[in-house]
Amino acid sequence: MTLLAVERIKLFSTRAPVWCIATALVLTIGVTAGLTMLDHAGEGPTPSSTQTMYILGLTVIMVMATLSVTTEYRFGTMRATFQAVSSRSRALLAKATVLAIVAGLVGEVSSFGSWGVAKLIAHSPDTDIHTAAEWRQIAGMGLVYAIAAVLAVAVGALLRQSAAAVAILLVFPLLVEQLVEIIPRVGDRLHDWMPFVAASQFASTADRGLPYGPWGGLAYFAAIAAALLVAALAVVEKRDA
Amino acid sequence: MIEAVGLTKRYGRTVAVDDLTFTVRPGVVTGFLGPNGAGKSTTMRMVLGLDRPDTGFVLIEGKRFGELRRPLRVVGGLLDAKWVHPHRTARNHLRWLARAADLPRTRVDEVLDLVGLAKAARSPAGDFSLGMSQRLGIAGALLGDPRVLLFDEPVNGLDPQGIAWVRKLMRTMADNGRTVLVSSHLLAEMAQTADELIVIGRGRLIAQCPTAQFISEATESSVRVRTAQVERLQTALVHKGATVRHEPGALVVVGLDAAEIGEVAAAHGVVLHELSPRRGSLEEAYLRHTEDAVAHHAG
Repeated sequence: MTLLAVERIKLFSTRAPVWCIATALVLTIGVTAGLTMLDHAGEGPTPSSTQTMYILGLTVIMVMATLSVTTEYRFGTMRATFQAVSSRSRALLAKATVLAIVAGLVGEVSSFGSWGVAKLIAHSPDTDIHTAAEWRQIAGMGLVYAIAAVLAVAVGALLRQSAAAVAILLVFPLLVEQLVEIIPRVGDRLHDWMPFVAASQFASTADRGLPYGPWGGLAYFAAIAAALLVAALAVVEKRDA
Repeated sequence: MIEAVGLTKRYGRTVAVDDLTFTVRPGVVTGFLGPNGAGKSTTMRMVLGLDRPDTGFVLIEGKRFGELRRPLRVVGGLLDAKWVHPHRTARNHLRWLARAADLPRTRVDEVLDLVGLAKAARSPAGDFSLGMSQRLGIAGALLGDPRVLLFDEPVNGLDPQGIAWVRKLMRTMADNGRTVLVSSHLLAEMAQTADELIVIGRGRLIAQCPTAQFISEATESSVRVRTAQVERLQTALVHKGATVRHEPGALVVVGLDAAEIGEVAAAHGVVLHELSPRRGSLEEAYLRHTEDAVAHHAG
């Protein structure tokens, strides 16, 4: 608990994380509200369609999570941390945990917020949540955010450079995962097994012909994040701080 | 107590620290002396568990750094005063450190008072002058009231008042029975601060001994003599076994003290215009020592 408190104090005693959280929520909920207002096509938005903008907030939260590690390397506070906490692994795990909790909460606020604002604007019974899949998609969004935050912390710890870590976390989900489809013969199958494609299976209700279901996709996404975190722990323990 | 045994650290093909063994005792201020690039900071990082030694190990109060449960309560280090987030206030910087050591919040205000930063507690550390940053770093080192303290060039960027303050602080800490290791590349600085010296050059141990001993062994005593009868005096002095060097308008005599030179001059009827004993400069002596190490290394 001590180490969680340490990481919580560190995270919220600078302004950047607060701005990131605000940006994530305003972007996701705001864009959803805007799209709902522009959509006059009679039928109200479905619960699923209020969630399509989750990737905006998710990206911002991943940037926050990875910066929480890379800025510590940049300013040397990571060394100060290792002077205060003799187990580097425990220090990094505590950071990943705090970021996962914060990201999870942001994910919940943003998913329910997006749904709520669409419901308020459209006043349509179509927006009511009926199916278990819709509940899973909206209530489960926090899990996607939390796992993505752990993944971003791991990438930050592995690379230690803000620019490199942010670039990878932006380019990989938004570009690379889409572009692999171009690769002849194996591209399609490769695309199916990209981590953020798997995460999006859980964050939607559409059947997209993937070889796993929503929970399978989430588990696969979590396994990738866990593998990166284990690699990060090993590297952080071994190298000079 | 700090015990370093056979520490070696390589970066690529460069050997930064080479089979270094030393002991830092409690109750005295130990100076860690060496030219820039001698491996002082690398050694201090290895003591604090930041750099992994290739061979050898360090014990702090009998334990390896990784075995310390709340390290800040055992060993406080100021390795780099810039290891703070520039947007975090001084108090918040110390708050998270205090939390890591399970210390009460009141301790944060105590050390801020102690280092004279109480008024700047709510300013972002990025706005601090180098002197204030050093004070904040020292506050962090003192936070857990540790038995062992390490300071890497702590007076860098401090004004004379600040330097006097740091010296007094280290003295007090040592007098209270703590282990104090402080590094510097200036022997003159160490001569005023340290009771004992660990001198390194090119990552190797050159000497570990009391400061006074190092200085007296390292510095040569000489006497400056002026006279109109240069050749006569020189012949007489050399005959007595002294070494004589020429300086503009004067002779520098090594191997005889002022009284002996006066006796020799009187016996030979030489009139002296000046007879002034002097100590060789500390820096000279120190450079000679470290140059020896360099030569030894190259050979």
